[in-house]
Amino acid sequence: MMISKRRGLAAASALAAVVLAVTSCGSGGGTDSGAPASSGPVTIRVQTFGGGANFGYKNAIAKWNAEHKDIQIKEEHLTDQFEQQYWPQMIQWLTSGTGAGDVVGIDEGGMGLAKAHPEWWADLKEHGLESRKADYPAWKWENGITADGKLFGLGTDIGGMSLCYRKDLFEQAGLPADRDEVSALWPTWDDFMKVGQEFQSKVKDTKWADGTNTLYQVLLYQEAAKNGNVTYFDQQNNLIVDKNPAVRTAFDFAQKMSQQGLTAKLRNFSDEWAAGTQRGAFATVGCPSWMLGTVSGNAGDDGKGKWDVASVPGGGGNWGGSWLAVPAQSKHPKEAAMVADYLTQAQTQASVFADFGNMPSNTKAQQDPAVQGAKNEYFSDAPIGEIFAKSAAELQPVYLGVNHTQVKNAVESVIQGMDDGSVPYDQAWQQLVDDAAKAAD
Amino acid sequence: MPYALVSPYFLLFAAFGLFPLAFTLYYSLHDYDLAGGSEWTGLGNYASLLTDEDFWNAVVNTIGMFVIATVPQMLLALFLANALNKRFRLRLAIRMSVLLPLVTSVVAVAVVFTQLYARDWGLVNYILGWFGVDNTNWRAERIPSWIAIATMVDWRWTGYNAIIFLAGMQTIPRDLYEAAAIDGASRRRQFWQITLPMLRPTMIFVVLNSTIGGLTLFSEPTTFYNGNVDGGSQGQFQTVAMFIVKQGFREFDYGYAAAAAWLLFLLILIGALVNFLVVRRIGGTK
Repeated sequence: MMISKRRGLAAASALAAVVLAVTSCGSGGGTDSGAPASSGPVTIRVQTFGGGANFGYKNAIAKWNAEHKDIQIKEEHLTDQFEQQYWPQMIQWLTSGTGAGDVVGIDEGGMGLAKAHPEWWADLKEHGLESRKADYPAWKWENGITADGKLFGLGTDIGGMSLCYRKDLFEQAGLPADRDEVSALWPTWDDFMKVGQEFQSKVKDTKWADGTNTLYQVLLYQEAAKNGNVTYFDQQNNLIVDKNPAVRTAFDFAQKMSQQGLTAKLRNFSDEWAAGTQRGAFATVGCPSWMLGTVSGNAGDDGKGKWDVASVPGGGGNWGGSWLAVPAQSKHPKEAAMVADYLTQAQTQASVFADFGNMPSNTKAQQDPAVQGAKNEYFSDAPIGEIFAKSAAELQPVYLGVNHTQVKNAVESVIQGMDDGSVPYDQAWQQLVDDAAKAAD
Repeated sequence: MPYALVSPYFLLFAAFGLFPLAFTLYYSLHDYDLAGGSEWTGLGNYASLLTDEDFWNAVVNTIGMFVIATVPQMLLALFLANALNKRFRLRLAIRMSVLLPLVTSVVAVAVVFTQLYARDWGLVNYILGWFGVDNTNWRAERIPSWIAIATMVDWRWTGYNAIIFLAGMQTIPRDLYEAAAIDGASRRRQFWQITLPMLRPTMIFVVLNSTIGGLTLFSEPTTFYNGNVDGGSQGQFQTVAMFIVKQGFREFDYGYAAAAAWLLFLLILIGALVNFLVVRRIGGTK
C-alpha cells in the first residue's frame, strides 16, 4: 500500500488507529526529561492561547529569563482559538498524562471542566501559594479551587468592556474622533447601529463591526449580569439557552446587525479576522480589556495611533479572563508554581496591563496608581486605567458550566452562519437552541 | 527461519493495523466518553449515527468533493500523461516537475490556497471580479467551498496520477501503435482504441487509490478553515474524517467516533467497489 501524508490516513481503520493510538499513548512533545532541578537550568513551558499579544507575557518572560539563569521560561503560544483548538488539545494531553506544558493558561470557559478534574492538576497549596488569596477578589480565587479543595489556578486577567474604534476612519466619515464625543454617540445599542449606518454611507469598503460574534459576546455578558450571571447553563448545570433572556437579547442584536449589513462577516479569532483588523475591514470591535492586545497584535505597527478606545453602550460586563494552572504531569511542579506565581503577581499584571491592556484580576494591581492612571500608547494614549481599572472591582463573575466550551462553539457557529448566509434568519434561533442542546449532550 | 524473516511486517501490522482495528470495533460498541468511562451500548452508536444529520451532511460533502475533485483530476492526469508520453526536450526534467506539488507540504499548499480563495483580498475573487462576479465567500457557501477544496486536492494529486498513467502507457507494446498506424488509425483513434483499453489495470489502481484518498479527505478542508474540524460555520465542507475527529477529540465521544470510523470504512468499500465496476467497463465493450 502506498503511504503518503493524505493517503496515510487511508482506510478508515488506519484513521481510527490514529484516533485511538493518540488517546492511549498521548501525543505531542513531552516535557524535558525529568532531570532533577539542581542539575542545571530547568525549562518551564508556559502554554497560552489567544489572538495578537494574547496573555501579554512577552516582556514579563524576558525579564524573568534575564534574572533567573536556573529557571528559564519558554512560552508556547499554541493557537488563537480556545474552544475549538486549544482546550480540546489540552484536555487530550491532560487525560493522557503527557504533552501539556508546566504552566498552562485556561480561559474562563474551560474552568468548569478543569475544576471537575482535580486529578489533572498539581496542588499549588503544596508550594505555598495559599498566601495569594489576599491578592484576589473572592470569586476569582474560588474559581481556581477544585471540587475537592485543591488550589490549582491563579487568576490572570478579567474582562471589563469597551469598544475599540478606528479614529482615522471615523474622521473620514465625518464623525467625531475624540473618545468622549464618540462615547456620547452611542448611549444605547440602537444608537450604535444608527451611527453605523451613517458611517457606512460615507466610508466604502469598511464595515461598521467585525462580525456578529464579538458583539454577541459583549451583549451576552452585559445581559448575563442582569439575569443572574449565567449564560448557557444555570448553577446546577442545566442547559438554559432557550430560557435565559440574556441569550435571546444578545442573539436578537446580532441578527439585527447582520440584517442591516453592518458587519464584515468575519468570525473572530480566525485568520481572515486578523487580516481584516490590519486592513481596515471594520471600524469598531467589542473590546474587553484583553482584546486591546489582540487588536494591536493583529493590526501591527501600521495601526499604531489609528485606534482608540471608547465606552461601550449598555454598561459593563465581564467577558473573559483566564487562570494559570500547573498540570500534575509537570516534571518540575515546584519551579512551575514559582513561574505561575510570578506571572500573576501584582507587579507583573500591572506591567502587562500597561504594555498590552489585559486588565489585572489581582486587586493589588487594580489599586496600583500606575494602573489606574495607565494610558495605552498604541490606542492613541487612551486612558485605559480610567476605562477598565476603576470599574474592575464592580465586575461580577459569570457562571459558565462544565460543558460551556462545546455549547459556546455550537452557538457561535449558528450566529456566524446566520451572518455568512448559511443559516436563514428566520430559522437561526431554533437552530441555535437545537445545536446547543446537541452540543451539551 | 522464513517465518522470522517475514514476521516484521506482520508484527507491525498487528500492532498498528489489526490491534487498532479491533480496538476501534470494540469501542464503537461502547458509550465511551471522557467523563464517564465506558459502557456497553451494542449497536447504539451506529443507530444514532444513521439518524444524525451532521453525519449525513459529512457523507454528502465527502462524496460531493470526491466527485468534483476526482473526475477532472483523472481526465487531466490522462491528458497530461499522454502529453508526457512523447519525445521532447528536457523530458525527464519535465516529467519530474509534475510531481513537485506532491512533495510540497500540505500546510504550505493550504496557506497559499487560503489566500487565493480569501473573500476580500483573494486573487480568485479579484479575477472573477473582471467578469462582474461579486465576491464569493469561499468558506461560507457550500458548492464554492467544495470547488476550492477540490482544486487544492487536484493541484496536489494530478501530477502524481499522471506519472502512474505514464508508467502504465509505457508498458503498452509499441508494435500495437505501429500496426494501427499502418492500418491508417489516427492519433486520436489510437488513444481511444489502444491506449485507453490497455491502461485499464493502471486505471483501476489509480481510481481505487483516489477513492481511498478522496473519501478520507482531511488535511485540505481542515487547513482551509483555520485548522478547525468544523468545516465551515454550518459544516459546509466538513468531511467524514473531520466529523470523526470532531466527535472523538472535540466532544470526546470516543465510541461514537469509532463507530463513524467503521461506517467510513464501509463507505470506502462501497465506493471502491462501484468505481472498480465502472472502470472495468471503460474501453472494454468489445
